[in-house]
Amino acid sequence: MAAALRGAGGRFRWRIRAAAAAAAAAAVGGVRGATRRAAGRQNYDLLVIGGGSGGLACAKEAAQLGKKVAVVDYVEPSPRGTRWGLGGTCVNVGCIPKKLMHQAALLGGMVQDAPHYGWALQPVPHDWATMAEAVQNHVKSLNWGHRVQLQDRKVTYFNIKASFVDAHTVCGVSKGGKETLLSAEHIIIATGGRPRYPTHIEGALEYGITSDDLFWLKESPGKTLVVGASYVALECAGFLTGLGLDTTVMIRSIPLRGFDQQMSSLVTEYMASQGTRFLRGCTPSRVQRLPDGQLQVTWEDPSSGKEDTGTFNTVLWAIGRIPETRSLNLEKAGVHTSPTSQKILVDALETTSVPHIYAIGDVAEGRPELTPTAIMAGKLLAQRLCGQSSDVMDYENVPTTVFTPLEYGCVGLSEEEAVARHGEEHVEVYHAYYKPLEFTVAERDASQCYIKMVCLRKPPQLVLGLHFLGPNAGEVTQGFALGIKCGASYAQVMRTVGIHPTCAEEVAKLRISKRSGLDPTVTGC
Amino acid sequence: MSLPPGRRARLSSPGTGRSFSEAREELRRRLMGLIEGNRVMIFSKSYCPHSARVKDLFSSLGVECNILELDQVDDGANVQEVLSEITNQRTVPNIFVNKVHMGGCDRTFQAHQSGLLQKLLQEDSAYEYDLIVIGGGSGGLACAQEAAILGKKVMVLDFVVPTPQGTSWGLGGTCVNVGCVPKKLMHQAALLGQELKDARKFGWEYSHQVKHNWETMIEAIQNHIGSLNWGYRLSLREKAVTYVNSYGEFVEHHKIKATNRKGQETYYTAGKFVLATGQRPRYLGIPGDKEYCITSDDLFSLPYCPGKTLVVGASYVALECGGFLAGIGLDVTIMVRSILLRGFDQEMAEKVGSYMEQHGVKFLRKFVPVMVQHLDKGSPGKLKVVAKSTEGPETIEEIYNTVLLAIGRESCTRKIGLEKIGVKVNEKSGKIPVNDVEQTNVPYVYAVGDILEGKLELTPIAIQAGKLLARRLFAGSLEKCDYVNVPTTVFTPLEYGCCGLSEEKAIEVHRKENLEVYHTFFWPLEWTVAGRDNNTCYAKIICNKFDNDRVIGFHVLGPNAGEITQGFAAAMKCGLTKQQLDDTIGIHPTCGEVFTTLEITKSSGLDITQKGC
Repeated sequence: MAAALRGAGGRFRWRIRAAAAAAAAAAVGGVRGATRRAAGRQNYDLLVIGGGSGGLACAKEAAQLGKKVAVVDYVEPSPRGTRWGLGGTCVNVGCIPKKLMHQAALLGGMVQDAPHYGWALQPVPHDWATMAEAVQNHVKSLNWGHRVQLQDRKVTYFNIKASFVDAHTVCGVSKGGKETLLSAEHIIIATGGRPRYPTHIEGALEYGITSDDLFWLKESPGKTLVVGASYVALECAGFLTGLGLDTTVMIRSIPLRGFDQQMSSLVTEYMASQGTRFLRGCTPSRVQRLPDGQLQVTWEDPSSGKEDTGTFNTVLWAIGRIPETRSLNLEKAGVHTSPTSQKILVDALETTSVPHIYAIGDVAEGRPELTPTAIMAGKLLAQRLCGQSSDVMDYENVPTTVFTPLEYGCVGLSEEEAVARHGEEHVEVYHAYYKPLEFTVAERDASQCYIKMVCLRKPPQLVLGLHFLGPNAGEVTQGFALGIKCGASYAQVMRTVGIHPTCAEEVAKLRISKRSGLDPTVTGC
Repeated sequence: MSLPPGRRARLSSPGTGRSFSEAREELRRRLMGLIEGNRVMIFSKSYCPHSARVKDLFSSLGVECNILELDQVDDGANVQEVLSEITNQRTVPNIFVNKVHMGGCDRTFQAHQSGLLQKLLQEDSAYEYDLIVIGGGSGGLACAQEAAILGKKVMVLDFVVPTPQGTSWGLGGTCVNVGCVPKKLMHQAALLGQELKDARKFGWEYSHQVKHNWETMIEAIQNHIGSLNWGYRLSLREKAVTYVNSYGEFVEHHKIKATNRKGQETYYTAGKFVLATGQRPRYLGIPGDKEYCITSDDLFSLPYCPGKTLVVGASYVALECGGFLAGIGLDVTIMVRSILLRGFDQEMAEKVGSYMEQHGVKFLRKFVPVMVQHLDKGSPGKLKVVAKSTEGPETIEEIYNTVLLAIGRESCTRKIGLEKIGVKVNEKSGKIPVNDVEQTNVPYVYAVGDILEGKLELTPIAIQAGKLLARRLFAGSLEKCDYVNVPTTVFTPLEYGCCGLSEEKAIEVHRKENLEVYHTFFWPLEWTVAGRDNNTCYAKIICNKFDNDRVIGFHVLGPNAGEITQGFAAAMKCGLTKQQLDDTIGIHPTCGEVFTTLEITKSSGLDITQKGC
């Protein structure tokens, strides 16, 4: 199939169609073809802007299917000057270093458990530098891996900052200021997002860092204030606490907006029990640097109207992310963005307002900001563009896991959403608290280990959502996500025999409905 | 896998394999069970006004009755047919009081007026108990408690015969005392040893060599088990189940002799019996085995560290025990007569073994012990083991502190008087053949758990079977225990989770050319920084090409395999296909997500190794 596409005839037809489309687009955009004939211009079937999870997946898939593909990627240094290699957020400043630091924190918990299991061990300190170096080395090996994979698949890679010249042409500027013109029949925007700074707060930009910096710090951040209630905020605060750092989270309103709120409050409850401090309902007003180098943060508590201050070594902003669309000159290409979110508007086929320009991943409006969805969307898009498949990405029932100290895995609807969509009288929620076997000997508190399955009330009680809070939530949730994809009913899940002794088997033992009012806590020992 | 004919028939598609009369006979038996097992049994239809009147009558009399709504069960029409054969009455309500056919609505009200109904209701059952369960393990307790919840008078007999080494334990059976629970906790202790090594790479600073203390671990684990034993006692008391710590033995039909520790004998009778006596480890039958060797029955409460240990056997018990003993730093050798993990996928089994071998467990393949000699007393002592090759005349000798036998388990069915009441037992295996409603050849005697012939030896399946059995016996439920696609996990140092068919079995059932096997190695993210091997963890699914690429076998070797497998098992219950796997979004970064991106087929022969840096 790929060979046939690469054949002379195939390429020829492709070009003709492309040229026609280009002319049409150019006419619409009101841009003359002159720029496109500029010297040094290189032509591709497919140009991907952004070398993150979605962009790379799309580029590699298209190249494998015989297309001439280029990827442009450029990491604008963070205000603190942090920069990184190919692979995007997930690999460099997201999932990968996050989960590894989470693992480091979990290992700290295991070091504490170990004496209960007979290992003669005194409490031990944690060395940030050792961890950071190990994590960063792994990330660098992944950067390298991505470079090699692009090379293997004959994808041309440019380390340049791209912006549109017209609907088919992109101008890239290298670190040294050298310009390159690239044109392509199809352009995929996969530039992702970056952490937002609260620029209205005095000292925020000068003294604060974001997740873009945290994972690349060579030295321990010390006593840290995390501002925000996103999963990024809670995950970072969670592992910092776990590594033994004095950590405070400042939350303006509710934690984990968009997630099931009962689960969210259990997540923060557990964090608090592990030593993370929470400042609820507060908003920071300024950050000042003290003579000794410490940061003094002033905040307001609107409920009391009082102002308060605290000193920290590090202030981490985790108040949300903004899409990387501003420097792309999207208006030159005629690509429309949402006026509120600045994200690129797309249809079900990931097409933007310009038919041959697409957007995938975090930069696209209304998409879940998750690596695996971006990867799958990128692959499917490439397959469609290559005539390989007509499959459209299904954004329903996407499972995810928040790697807070007690992990929270979920798929499908939250209880609030289910009630909003179907009405309370049509929803049945089964739930249980449980105690992981490993917690018993380690004498850990399991008060927040909790599972909830949201179902339709009418038999066969289709499962609408599953929420799991406990160790290895990601591993537990993955398979059940499949079950929900297969249209699992409550009865089918209950007929599944458990694997003993695991935490996951508790899902197959959910007998108590919320409506019954029966006690869902663990009884006895 | 020899299955009774009825069972085999059920495996083929409904309506083709099994004869009409067989199905009819089974339904008849089930209905008789309901009629005999309940003080008042009403066959009704939920919308029938006459049925409603009868229900109201009994509830006004304060009499509990069991009701089967024919319109709410799948085979309601057949039930009506069979009922008319039994009673000569086609209509509902159809009422039985203390096994006597009362008739319909009018007849019942007449009987109420004449006082006949009250008289029948007073005639209590001739037996002391509605149900006696022999064996207080997972299956037995689940069944007993469910029956008690349904208002039945229930007794549980449980008695642990001490091991040759004198080890004994409390209520709860194998899983809680000498199985899953202590096993997983010791496995966890061993995993923590590995995590401690990893922790250094993740920045946790300690320089000294960390030693493991056996006594601390045993005390913590035994304390937990003690609390579970107590929990079971409490739970039985709360549900008003009579618990007797005595050895049960049939003496005649419906009658059992219970002998306690002091040798006192008491007799009890019941309408129905459930056998749930489980299994105990087997001994080799060689000089010195019972005197000097221990089994898993002793290991989990052993008061001293076993030291240099020889594990005999290749069952999952052998590999799990060998694995965690090595993990806490002991010198471990596993002596294997033929293959590892018989019955499991052999490719996976070999990978489990080779990981153990790389992590310090020595394997002695194709040898069997012929003699165990006591050299030194002590805790632990010293034992000389002589072993003989299975392939030639070669013999070897070696000295160990402890010899752990894990060569299989024997059903506890030979000394409970089954011959007195004629319950059939498989002579060779000691297992009990049952039909698909867990009924033995003696209609009022049922069996659940490890002693069932051709079924699975797993705690959760015994619990499920026990619960559903109680509901069928006493609540008119028709739901049977489904023994297909039961997931399980072997907690070896690298855990192995599976659901459905092994590759060998799949080829045997469906032929190789009809299957597509997808597989890959994977490298858990946590292993990267820890510097662990990148081509060890392995994922494999087996799909039936001629059934929509349905997943008929799921296999995963890696950390948290149990947690991963459970959800996929639920998906397999819902008919999981390869397409659905591909359509599902992964959770990043986890191990489980590897199953959503399986691309390489085994038949393609393509390389599945993960590249390094």
